[in-house]
Amino acid sequence: MSWFRKKSNRIESVPANERRVKTEGIFVKCTKCDAALYKRELEESLQVCIHCDFHFRWDARSRVCWLFDDCRYEELDAEVTSLDPLEFVDTKPYPERLERAKKTSGLPEAIINARGKVGGHDVFAGVMDFNFLGGSMGSAVGEKVTRLIERAIDERAAVITFAASGGARMQEGTLSLMQMAKVSAALAQLDSAKLPFISVLTDPTTGGVTASFAMLGDVIIAEPRALVGFAGPRVIEQTIRQKLPENFQTSEFLLEHGMIDIVVDRREMRPHIIKLLNFMVNNNESDE
Amino acid sequence: MLTPYERLQIARAPKRFYTLDVIERLFEDFTELRGDRRYGDDAAIIAGTATFHKTPVVVIGQQKGRDTKERRMRNFGMPKPEGYRKALRIMKLAEKFRRPILTFIDTPGAYPGIDAEERGQAEAIAYNLREMAKLETPVVVTVIGEGGSGGALGIGVGDRVLMLENAVYSVISPEGCAAILWKDAAQAERAANCLRLTAEDLQRLGIIDRTVAEPVGGAHTDTEESLRLLDSALKENLEFAVSIKSSERVKRRFKKLRELGRWSE
Repeated sequence: MSWFRKKSNRIESVPANERRVKTEGIFVKCTKCDAALYKRELEESLQVCIHCDFHFRWDARSRVCWLFDDCRYEELDAEVTSLDPLEFVDTKPYPERLERAKKTSGLPEAIINARGKVGGHDVFAGVMDFNFLGGSMGSAVGEKVTRLIERAIDERAAVITFAASGGARMQEGTLSLMQMAKVSAALAQLDSAKLPFISVLTDPTTGGVTASFAMLGDVIIAEPRALVGFAGPRVIEQTIRQKLPENFQTSEFLLEHGMIDIVVDRREMRPHIIKLLNFMVNNNESDE
Repeated sequence: MLTPYERLQIARAPKRFYTLDVIERLFEDFTELRGDRRYGDDAAIIAGTATFHKTPVVVIGQQKGRDTKERRMRNFGMPKPEGYRKALRIMKLAEKFRRPILTFIDTPGAYPGIDAEERGQAEAIAYNLREMAKLETPVVVTVIGEGGSGGALGIGVGDRVLMLENAVYSVISPEGCAAILWKDAAQAERAANCLRLTAEDLQRLGIIDRTVAEPVGGAHTDTEESLRLLDSALKENLEFAVSIKSSERVKRRFKKLRELGRWSE
């Protein structure tokens, strides 16, 4: 007698009317030009439409891997996570929202901290993910950004952040607001230490994240057509009761108004960052 | 005990004292200094030199209007980028001449408009946060009425942060919060309860250092008495901030900012 036995030899046949070819998950429709994009191809082009160059929002894990040389990096501060100091309840308690965000995004918080080499330079990178509660900044995100900057100061390395955020996290109230002051103070120290900070803005970057670290880069780069601003477009429309101009609060709009340095296609981004690091990382201290 | 929503009403009471009232009653020799030297002047933020108990100081604050005409002129106390840039310019003046800074917060928020965005509202606030953190002169901040989010914080980084008993300080207005969470701005009362925006809550959370008492019923019921209470709180906290050596003071400020927040690790 065999140890294992099939419970049933019968293969259940699928009724004819339920038989279909599964294409779901193979093709993605471009948000802008409607083209059907082969999913694997889209991944290879870093989530940029090969027909119209539309930049899809990109998950933080893929971006971290792409950023570092040969995808070699060490994740940091993953243990820093959110609490519920306000005991905030809207339609759902905040801890429930956090749990759900962790599950759906596969991330511990709205930002990933990592260290590694970029173009051979030592870099501490903070990469945000809009899928985690809209990339909002609460105490944990503020603490992680601060730790990133402090490590860079200790080890005389560069900081790069990729912003993707709706702003400060409402569920942590004024504590979230204070994170803006906290990360900006840390950047004051990084600045005094004459260390590089490159800030990359992706779709969307608004509110408290824009009004703190995202706009404080030595160099500020934005992805094409990203929404970047302080107040959200809906709030502005309601306040001034008029239609907003075309292109308003896009990367290109900010570039035109002198608020950012360059707009760069994601597929060209890494060489640009490396060129900037080559300029900024200067170990020659003979003048001091 | 007043509810957070009741305090919000008091903080917004039209007869409550504003920054200009504080300057008029508690300061002497006020000289208003205007303009950001970049683009323009913003009437929503008032800045200038003055003396406070005979000490030369810089005083800066948001100003709501008292009547319809002034409210329009002051843009309801909602600053634009040039307001924040003017504020920082005057703060650096204080630093240069080693004079303390007193700021007064009373704003619904930074102005959400096309021109403000064009001229870099976010950058103006962010830059202030970074520069205020390292100012080598004492800074005493007081939230006297409405502390509306980043628009308030843009002049709100200091060594001592005071808040009036019925003032509010929040990441978002209760109306805005309700509109997002329940798609209904009318649920502001519910939002006000959730946001922990009162002085009592914020002192417990380590965000403010000192609550300044108001007369029963709120500051607007007895302006004279409210300003007397504010005066002694300002004097005491300014003396404290001035008593610390400059290098030590900046270090302490950084440490205080560093510790803000509640997280698990």
